[in-house]
Amino acid sequence: MGALKMNKIMKDYILGLLSKGERMDGRKLDEFRKPIKIEYGISTKSSEGSAIVHIGETMVIAGVKMAIGKPYEDTPDEGSLTVNVELSPMASESFEPGPPNDYSIELARVTDRVVRESGMIDVNKLCIKEGEKIWMVNVDIYPMNDAGNLFDACALAALAAIKDAKMPKIENDKVNYHEKTSKGLPLKKTPISVTVIKIGKHLLVDPLVEEFNALDARLTIGIDEANNPCAIQKGGDAPLSASDIDKMITLAKEKVKELRKVL
Amino acid sequence: MAYTKRLDGRKLDELRKVEAKVGVIKTAAGSAMFRMGNTIAYAAVRGPREVFPRSMAKPDTAVLRCYYDMMAFSGAGERVRPGPSRRSKEISMVTAKALEPVLDLTEFPKSGIDVFIELIQTDAGTRCAGICAAALALADAGFSMKDMVCAVAMGVIDGTVVADLDKAEEDYDKGPVADLAMAMLPRSGEVTLMQMDGEASQEHIIEAVELMKKSIKKIYEVQKKALLEKYGGVKDE
Repeated sequence: MGALKMNKIMKDYILGLLSKGERMDGRKLDEFRKPIKIEYGISTKSSEGSAIVHIGETMVIAGVKMAIGKPYEDTPDEGSLTVNVELSPMASESFEPGPPNDYSIELARVTDRVVRESGMIDVNKLCIKEGEKIWMVNVDIYPMNDAGNLFDACALAALAAIKDAKMPKIENDKVNYHEKTSKGLPLKKTPISVTVIKIGKHLLVDPLVEEFNALDARLTIGIDEANNPCAIQKGGDAPLSASDIDKMITLAKEKVKELRKVL
Repeated sequence: MAYTKRLDGRKLDELRKVEAKVGVIKTAAGSAMFRMGNTIAYAAVRGPREVFPRSMAKPDTAVLRCYYDMMAFSGAGERVRPGPSRRSKEISMVTAKALEPVLDLTEFPKSGIDVFIELIQTDAGTRCAGICAAALALADAGFSMKDMVCAVAMGVIDGTVVADLDKAEEDYDKGPVADLAMAMLPRSGEVTLMQMDGEASQEHIIEAVELMKKSIKKIYEVQKKALLEKYGGVKDE
């Protein structure tokens, strides 16, 4: 049986459940898996900050590494923040070794949008000497197990690792990686993303892999601590109406509170 | 002066703290976390499954492929560039060679067994921790194995043979250091990985192999305990 046919059967099954208000794993449509759990400092000896995020069986590790570098010419007083997602085939049967595919590039870009573009870190405070020296902050994110909803798990892992980070010491203009200061990274915002997917006419959060593969449209919404959207990405083949978008943002704003509690 | 007292006060044959857990990555066929001191490795097994590219498949046996990787933030100093390097490819290759002797790959002809190893924190001995985690993950996946695989970096520091070099000992500068990464089958004492950087006499190398037989008992115990925690009641034959 072809993969297309299988997808169709799975989608019909999921739609059938949704029309009764049910999901494959027994959750309500607006319910996150449990537990949602963050372990901080899982790589303290090596990294400046680190964390493991669990959402149900989904597991993502993120770590922060800092270095001293030169600022870009057009932003002489700004440090840099780089967000990267490495999609290892460890995490899923469907990932293959090799160059990144469209999905992994989008995952990395959306995570970057939620974490960096939203203005999470005050990059001016990462400037050491204007025009000469800045902190470069690298956040590397590794999905370890994809049991669904990597978008939200990756953004949460990045935020957790950034929150966990302590600036290293500078000695003779070089980073001393063996000694950290007590100073954290200059956080301006703490955006968390909630991805709402649409299958048929149904809206649901925290999709399983099967649900994600069956979606018609999705909206990943980064939401800051004042409960305002600060990053958005639409995905999927189907269009969304203004009313869909309104409902999805409302749902995301409601659900983000649960994620914020575990920070 | 000879190296008689270890930098962190361990006995010559003493390993750092060893921890292990299996079944940590739920969608994988088998998985494990293995920790040796501050070095932490995760391993996940995927397969047996189709081999891509197909030309790599073998008609009579499965192909075991290992993928060793250090996470970008897991190094002692600057960020490690993600993705395969010459170093990681070579370690991946010797890791597969260290594990193959205990497996019966003829059970799954034409298929591929992939083992993914990720280091999340490192303090020397990463390939050895990776092999210990991978062996556990293969056992967790239910492959028949004729023995466990235990790996540890032995060392000869200024003429003294020690077990489980850490980074500080690797960097010891008051005398010559040989770093001897080995994997061993705990029941037979046979060696399946052997790589040495630095100089050591023939006598010291053999002494290191002999000392390793004693030192890895601890690793073997921790590995068995981790498996029993998940599959309690299964007797060791």
